[in-house]
Amino acid sequence: MRRYQNLWLALGVVLLAVLPLWIAPAFLPATGEVALFEGADGKAMELIGKISPEYRPWFSPLIEPMSGEIASLLFSFQAALGAGVIGYYLGAARMRDKLRREHEAAAGTSENNGNPEKNAPPCVEKAGTRRAD
Amino acid sequence: MHIMEGWLPKEHAAGWWLASAPFIACGVYSVRKKMRDKPEYRILLGVAAAFTFVLSALKLPSVTGSCSHPTGVGLGALLFGPVAMAPVGFVVLLFQALLLAHGGITTLGANVFSMALVGSFTAAAVFKLSRRCGTPVSVSVFLAASLADWLTYVTTSFQLAWAFPDPDFVSSFVKFSGIFAVTQLPLAISEGLLTVMIFNALARFNPAELREMKILDDIRETVRQKRNAPLRESGIRNKAGA
Repeated sequence: MRRYQNLWLALGVVLLAVLPLWIAPAFLPATGEVALFEGADGKAMELIGKISPEYRPWFSPLIEPMSGEIASLLFSFQAALGAGVIGYYLGAARMRDKLRREHEAAAGTSENNGNPEKNAPPCVEKAGTRRAD
Repeated sequence: MHIMEGWLPKEHAAGWWLASAPFIACGVYSVRKKMRDKPEYRILLGVAAAFTFVLSALKLPSVTGSCSHPTGVGLGALLFGPVAMAPVGFVVLLFQALLLAHGGITTLGANVFSMALVGSFTAAAVFKLSRRCGTPVSVSVFLAASLADWLTYVTTSFQLAWAFPDPDFVSSFVKFSGIFAVTQLPLAISEGLLTVMIFNALARFNPAELREMKILDDIRETVRQKRNAPLRESGIRNKAGA
């Protein structure tokens, strides 16, 4: 169970994102006029419009994406940037782990050849003192 | 949790800016100091910031029939302390305000306050408290990240209700919460799960740093060593990680 923990967690996230697509329409009035899955931020601004109809935003964005497509491009750029960094970390960390283990294995065998009495499991002590990068 | 550009009255916008600014400055100072003292933490801070970038770009559907997004600040807050995430949240929100017209410059103070201050202080506090009660690390990470996410949106409801009472604060707060806090419930759970996933990776690859930060305790590490030691020698440890 623990070994596949991340897989289960990922499955949970996917379910939580996908199930609302079926659940939400079932509970909402099927008038066909209600726009589904709009941004909650936008809905809140609509509510402000209802609460105080005289309120006007006193400042407008300096640059606005020319269209929804361009906005989604920028959003995916933001996500890609973050995912790239995380991917780099995972790859680098995995490789570092692998190289360290190989190094320890090599050191372990040569030590054993030189001095059989020093045959302590090498990784148990070293694992605690290992450096990050 | 983005309050759109110009949608907060001037006094409120200025007030939230004033409230957030000292924390952002404090956070920049704290992050710089930490990175100078412990350069080996740099990669972890990078991962935490990247995680915020990814999660705050993901707009997910929710059971209420509207879309919202997680924030991702919980991870960084429990690793580096709450103030450290203020500048990170500030950068993310600034990017979205300037380039995406999502949020805004005038409302940036309020948005930083809800996402990067309330969110990260919640995460740090919940994590500490939960660990002190003896809750396992993964569960504590989950609780910290989920509650941070959810309270961020409760804060946004609070901010809007304060600015736009209908006719009083409480009934307005109930209405805004209906939009934000309810929509956010499943998303907060998602954020919790995603944070545990990335935390598992950090715990596997950088256990020494996490122990130094007093996030993993030594008991867990001893168990891990015992479990991994025999496997590692025979060279099949690869599959045993978290």
